[in-house]
Order: sequence, then structure tokens, then C-alpha cells
Amino acid sequence: MPVPDALEFFIDPGRCIGCQACIQACTECDTHKGQSMIQLDYVDRAHSTQTVPVVCLHCDSPTCAEVCPADAIKRTEDGIVHTARKPRCIACNNCVLACPFGVPKMQTEMNLMMKCDMCYDRTSVGLKPWCASACPSQALAFGTREEMARLRPHAKPVNTFQFGMQTIRTKVNIMVPRDSAVEIVDVTAAMHEPTIGHEMLDDVFEPGPDRGDA
Amino acid sequence: MKTSGLRQVVGPVGWGVGTTLVLSVLILVGSRNLAHFDAALVGYTFSVLFATFGLTYRYAMWLQRPPTAMYWRRGWQAFFRRGWRRQNAGVWVRRVGTDLLANRFIFARGRLRGLTHMLIMWGCLIAVAITFPLVFGWLHFRPVPGDLSLYEAVSFGFPAFRFPHDSVMAFVLFHGLVWSSFLVIAGVMLAMRRRMREEGAAAVQRFAEDFMPLILLFAVSLTGLMLTASYTWMKGYAYTFIAILHAITVIGTFLWLPFGKFFHIFQRPAQLGVSFYKDIGRTQELAHCRRCGHAFSSRMHIEDLIEVERQLGFQYDIPGDDAHYQWICPRCRRTSLAMAQGALWRGKRGGAPLAHGRPLPMPVHANPARGQGPLGAEDADNFFP
Repeated sequence: MPVPDALEFFIDPGRCIGCQACIQACTECDTHKGQSMIQLDYVDRAHSTQTVPVVCLHCDSPTCAEVCPADAIKRTEDGIVHTARKPRCIACNNCVLACPFGVPKMQTEMNLMMKCDMCYDRTSVGLKPWCASACPSQALAFGTREEMARLRPHAKPVNTFQFGMQTIRTKVNIMVPRDSAVEIVDVTAAMHEPTIGHEMLDDVFEPGPDRGDA
Repeated sequence: MKTSGLRQVVGPVGWGVGTTLVLSVLILVGSRNLAHFDAALVGYTFSVLFATFGLTYRYAMWLQRPPTAMYWRRGWQAFFRRGWRRQNAGVWVRRVGTDLLANRFIFARGRLRGLTHMLIMWGCLIAVAITFPLVFGWLHFRPVPGDLSLYEAVSFGFPAFRFPHDSVMAFVLFHGLVWSSFLVIAGVMLAMRRRMREEGAAAVQRFAEDFMPLILLFAVSLTGLMLTASYTWMKGYAYTFIAILHAITVIGTFLWLPFGKFFHIFQRPAQLGVSFYKDIGRTQELAHCRRCGHAFSSRMHIEDLIEVERQLGFQYDIPGDDAHYQWICPRCRRTSLAMAQGALWRGKRGGAPLAHGRPLPMPVHANPARGQGPLGAEDADNFFP
């Protein structure tokens, strides 16, 4: 059964608290039981708590499928880009290296690429994916656009991304400020940005500029 | 566009016709001008000839896709690379043994899955090894003149070996298709059991792609066994009907070979070429991420991928930077997505970018490998894709 059109996935990396609940919940998915397809990274672990949770964004024209020499990656009519078909995948790594979002995972010992299929066993029957069910901060959220508009009045979903000269449209949305005019998230423009952090003092008695006792 | 489209089809059609003609000539030569050709098997012969055309056509079409063409070329270059040929030949034998014949990578997914595939694969291989030479007239058996207790196998018109017709060897040999049917039926049952019980499989499986091949294999094996049962225990009851039914299932399977899941039998050996490509990549210059500076692949692979992407019409070139997005490692790609989104929220949410001026670090993956997640080894134990 196809994933219902009204239900969509929304990612807001800014809300991620790095709890790894998504990683654990993802291992419950029946299509890859025991293995998490979530990609969670610490952006700059020495200096910041910022983390990035990434699931497959399910591109309209998936680069991973196009560069696959074995025709192993298929996109169904509902826009879901499925994990590699096991009889076909020859573990060449093309998809892992070509995905603009860095999503696929290679299981070398099995000669098999695996990736998020938006918990097809659940979403195809109208349930939420495991990660969105478990995420406490709803950095990974699943529902209707109306629900998101009600719950996040200051944010709006965007599903178009710019990588150099290449524009990619996806099924999954990313949340941007509602009052901004942004319709395309330019990923390569922000590529060399440093991490986001909070300047904190580990010595509470350290003289500060407004203490007057420096 | 029309001319290039026509050219894309003409080549594969030519290859298809060529291989079919070569097989036809081999049938004529191997059966000594059809002297040993069994006319009762002519339907099988023509279906194999059709399948040969279809498979070659599809294979040649497949090789035209830019990524496949690139790997096809690079795989052979890697295999025949000067100074590596002797070593590659040894590695090739080992990999054919472990990967293709022993299904190492399928057993790595699960023992039952490995066993399932092994049973089906070896059942089919044994059946093909027995039937194809018979159908082509390349092999036939005859009583030895002067000693009717002996049988002689004749291959391509040349006597190969002799054996007593009432020996164990004769029993095993003449019932080869029975043993292969047992293997295939056992494998099909295990595969069907998985497809009916596992919710993950149920979510993504499709009738034509996943059930049809199993049904065809089961039908071929069952009708084949019915033939043996008919002439062994039932005095040939309904033999002609069963023979026609069996022929229909076998011919149907041959005709299905180029289209559905069975095509992986011919596609799969490509993983050997990929393995040689990777071997060479490991010994050559590495690609370093242009964001974090860490090595993440071979330079050759990245350059090849850039060419393939350009052929496919993707434009991941970064203007003004003399760079290509392909030079960014997967971790930094994911991080860049968060950086781009964070930049849009600047001034609206807490937090601010840390100071510029130091090299950007390599992002640290929170769940680097199977068995290293929050549940540790339990993850690995639970895993059965």
C-alpha cells in the first residue's frame, strides 16, 4: 500500500538534542530489524553540543538510484526511495558517495547498501515512522501540514535544496522560519559555516567583562 | 534524439542476434548436425534460444547506462592491470568460490536466508547442468555395443565415460533432476515461509518481482517430480499431459529469465568487477574531503563518479569554487544540511556560530557501525535484513 499523500515527514535539525532515541527506535523497523538507518552526527564535538539527525529525504529524482550501476534502488509511486534490492546490489558504494544528503549506509560484509525507507512497514499503513514516534523534541516529525502549521506557527516546510548548480526536490521537508522568503535551502552556500554553540564559562568565578573586578 | 535512441537499441539487438546465432551453431555442431538432437525437446531448445536473445539484449542495454558502462570498463581494467594479473586470477577464483558459489554475503545476512538461497541456487545449477546439454544434443547416453550391461555417456559426439546401468552411479545420475527438484522445493518453501511471516518483507514485496519466480520454480520442480512418479510407480499414468504441463512451466520460466528477478543471476557477477576496482582504489591516492580534510574514498572513484553524474545530467559543480560537491564527504554533507538550516534561523533561535578561523573538524558519527549503537552487540544479534 502506498504512503498516504496527506502525511509528510518534517526535519528540524535545530531542535535535535542528540538523545539518540531515533537511532534506537529505528532498529525496530521491520524492514531492517536491528540496524539503525538514522545518520546522527556531532557537528563539532569538542566545541558544541550541536547534532544533526538525517533520514532519507526521498528525492524526486534520486541521485543514488541514477548512479547505481545495478538498478538496485527503486522509487515507488508514492515517492519513497527504497533501500537497495538485495539480489541486485553489488556494494559498489556509488550511492553512498553520490547521495547529496549523505544518507545510504554500506554493509560491506553483506555486499548490501541499506537506507531509510521511511519505515515503509508502518507509513504504508498510515502509522508514524519509528524515529518520529520516539523523537522527544520532534526534530523528526511526521504528520499533516495542518498539524505542523498549528504546532509550529513560526516555521514552514521547504523541500527544495541547492547543491552547487544542482537543485534537488524531496518528499521530506525541512523547517525554515515562516517569515523568511526562502524557498530553496542552499546547502553548499553554508558548507563552510562553523558550528552553532553557546559560549559558556566552566569557571563561574572567572572574571567577566561586566564584573568590574578584572 | 531519435537517431541516438535507435542506435541504443540496434547495438543490443545485434548482440542478442549474435549470441543466439552462436548458440544455434554450437547446437548444430555439438549434436553432430542434429544427429543426436532429441526432437521431443525442440520446444525447450527454442525457448532457451529466445531467452538467450532476451538476456543478451537486456544485458547490452544495461551496459549502456553511464554508471554500468563506467564500472564495466573500470572492472576489466582493474582485473587486467599490469603487474596484478596473476594475483587477480587467484583472487578471482577465491571470490567466485566464496561469494558466488558459497553465497558468503547472503549467509552474512542470516543463516536461514543463506540456506534458502543455497538450496534454490544449487538445485537450479544442477538442473541446468543436466538438462541444457541434453536439450542441445551435446550429451546423450547409449548402451555399449557388445556389453548391454554398460551405458556410455557421449559428449559432443565423443564417448566420455561408461558405467553399469544398474549401478548406484547410474541411479544417482539418471535421477539428477529429482535431487535438484528436492533442493529447489525445500528452498522455495523456506523463501515462501519468510515472505508470508516477516512483516518487513510483506511491506515491500511485489507479486511479479518476488512471488512469481518462486511459483515458477515450484511449478517446474513439482511437475518434474510428477513425471518421475508417473513412470516409476503409476505405469505412465497421464504422462503425456504431465509432460506438456512440465514443458509449459519450464518454457515459461525461460521466457521470464530476462525480465524479472532471475536477471540477477546474470547481473550479480558484476560484484567481482567492483571488488577489483575497490582493490585498486585502496592502493591509490585517496580523496580528501574539501570541508574537513579527511580521506573518505579513492580519488579514482570520486573522479569517475563526477564523470558519471555529468553524463547523467547532474550539475553538482560549485560555481566560483572550482570544485564539485562530490569532493565533500558524506558526514560533511549531512552537517552542511544542518548548517544551512541553522543559518536561516540565525537571530531567531538561541545559539550563535562559533568563531571562524580554525579548520572545520570532521563530524563524529554517533552510530558508526552495526553492533556499536546504544544496544551494542544486541543490535547485531537482532539483525536479519
